[in-house]
Amino acid sequence: MDELVILNQLQKGAEATINLASWYGKTIVIKSRHTKKYRHPQLDQRIRKFRTIHEPQLMYDAKKVGVPTPTIFLVDTKNMLIFMEFIQGKQVKHLIETLSKTERSTLCFKIGVLVAKLHSQGLIHGDLTTSNMILDFSGKLFFIDFGLGGKQNELEAKGVDLHLMKRGFQSAHNQFSKNSFQDIISGYSKVMGETFTTNILKKILEIEQRGRYVEERKLK
Amino acid sequence: MINSINEIYSLGIESTADDFGVGISTCSGEILANVSHGYIPEEGGIHPREAARHHALVASEVLETALVKAGLKSSDLGLIAFSQGPGLGPCLRTGATVARTLAAYLNIPLVGVNHSIAHVEIGKLKTNVKDPVTLYVSGGNTIISAYNSGRYRIFGETLDIALGNCLDVFSREAGLKHKKGIPLGAALEKLALDGNTLVLMPYVVKGMDVSFSGLLTSAVSLLRKKKYALPDLCYSLQETAFAMVCEVTERALAHTEKKEILLTGGVAANKRLQVMLSLIAEDHGVSFNKVPLEFATDNGAMIAWAGLLAFRNGIVTPFDESMVKLRWRLDRVDIPWMN
Repeated sequence: MDELVILNQLQKGAEATINLASWYGKTIVIKSRHTKKYRHPQLDQRIRKFRTIHEPQLMYDAKKVGVPTPTIFLVDTKNMLIFMEFIQGKQVKHLIETLSKTERSTLCFKIGVLVAKLHSQGLIHGDLTTSNMILDFSGKLFFIDFGLGGKQNELEAKGVDLHLMKRGFQSAHNQFSKNSFQDIISGYSKVMGETFTTNILKKILEIEQRGRYVEERKLK
Repeated sequence: MINSINEIYSLGIESTADDFGVGISTCSGEILANVSHGYIPEEGGIHPREAARHHALVASEVLETALVKAGLKSSDLGLIAFSQGPGLGPCLRTGATVARTLAAYLNIPLVGVNHSIAHVEIGKLKTNVKDPVTLYVSGGNTIISAYNSGRYRIFGETLDIALGNCLDVFSREAGLKHKKGIPLGAALEKLALDGNTLVLMPYVVKGMDVSFSGLLTSAVSLLRKKKYALPDLCYSLQETAFAMVCEVTERALAHTEKKEILLTGGVAANKRLQVMLSLIAEDHGVSFNKVPLEFATDNGAMIAWAGLLAFRNGIVTPFDESMVKLRWRLDRVDIPWMN
């Protein structure tokens, strides 16, 4: 038996390729960050290495605070590879449109709880889109792709994290983004408490108003 | 009715920032004239009041030149379109006043056009693309957008200053001057050609959004240290800033699975940015399209054309709704013609 056999490509994302592989007989996922021809080689190396090292660290930290993430098996910073557990399930992106209103609400509440667990420990995901959430067949919700994440405890960083998720919902699931975001905030509030949640909502508004050409930013 | 709509000429007025432009378009998208006059500040960036004063001074001359080029009389026009926003207040108001006056005098309909949407639409017309991921980069805007259910959606944008603004401010700090026909960005690009050492600068991508203010601060402080050669700093600033917008464009492309990339806005003139995006296009097996410079920078033709698209879908702007909208986001506008 070969040590490592690439089975098939699961996804070719913008930043990395996700392959399904057999490694010592175990089915795993390999995330490989390839060189971007458009980037200066030095900049390219720096970005890929930084993300390859930081992503597994963050995934491990997330797991410790109760946010399910794939288990890391191996990190190869020479070839920019991360070997990790294969989660069998569905991306929330594809799933969410098929759910009933109640199911969707429950799922979004759950998302809010997990985001709050991260934030309560100063962990920022950095790319909270529904493509980066997987519901496995036992109903456990996983967060993946921490490549743009970091450790920051400021309200600002947490606000940006949530703001980007809100915007993601608006562009990808516009028809129910409003209700979904409210459900997410309910879940968030359950962990963080009402005072913190009120503060972060204010922060999100402030961040939105900082953007260009935002109507809410009209001079008072 | 349909026939008469198909035969009209649309005159578009653009005045969101430093350029006052007038363009004339036919219903089939033939651009009969596209005339522009730019305000060049003696020093510093655009002073909104001075730019507006410039627009008022050149308006009649630009209008007349456009009509002569198109071989039309003002009475031949069937529609007046104008940039209603987003942009600088005094500049927008000057253009809007000219537009209202013309529409009232000629007794023809008025259409307020969203400037960002006009950029996308003229880009599509001129490059013959249908449904692209658009990277719109200029002195005032940095937006990655694509069409989805009725509107152009913003997939990524700057969280603070625009890409062109970042490059311009750095150029001025470095002592470069804006000359007629040579914008600051072009001067920076030329210097960057002689650079070959990458100086580390902050690379800031947050989710799908980018931020240039920290990069600008860092680049300016490196400049003041006088430790690095100016061409190397120009080169590094371009490499870092362009890689940021390219990363987000690539992510939007992967996310939307669209088959075309469209590059527009003043920064679209930059050859290095063009090369970077064409490499992404090649990698994903999609087409890369850059809007010709005349139609990539602010221009009246794009307003005339976008105004026509709206008008043919029953959209007109009554005078009492023709107030300029300084913060009019492109994702607030319905796009009925994409269906």
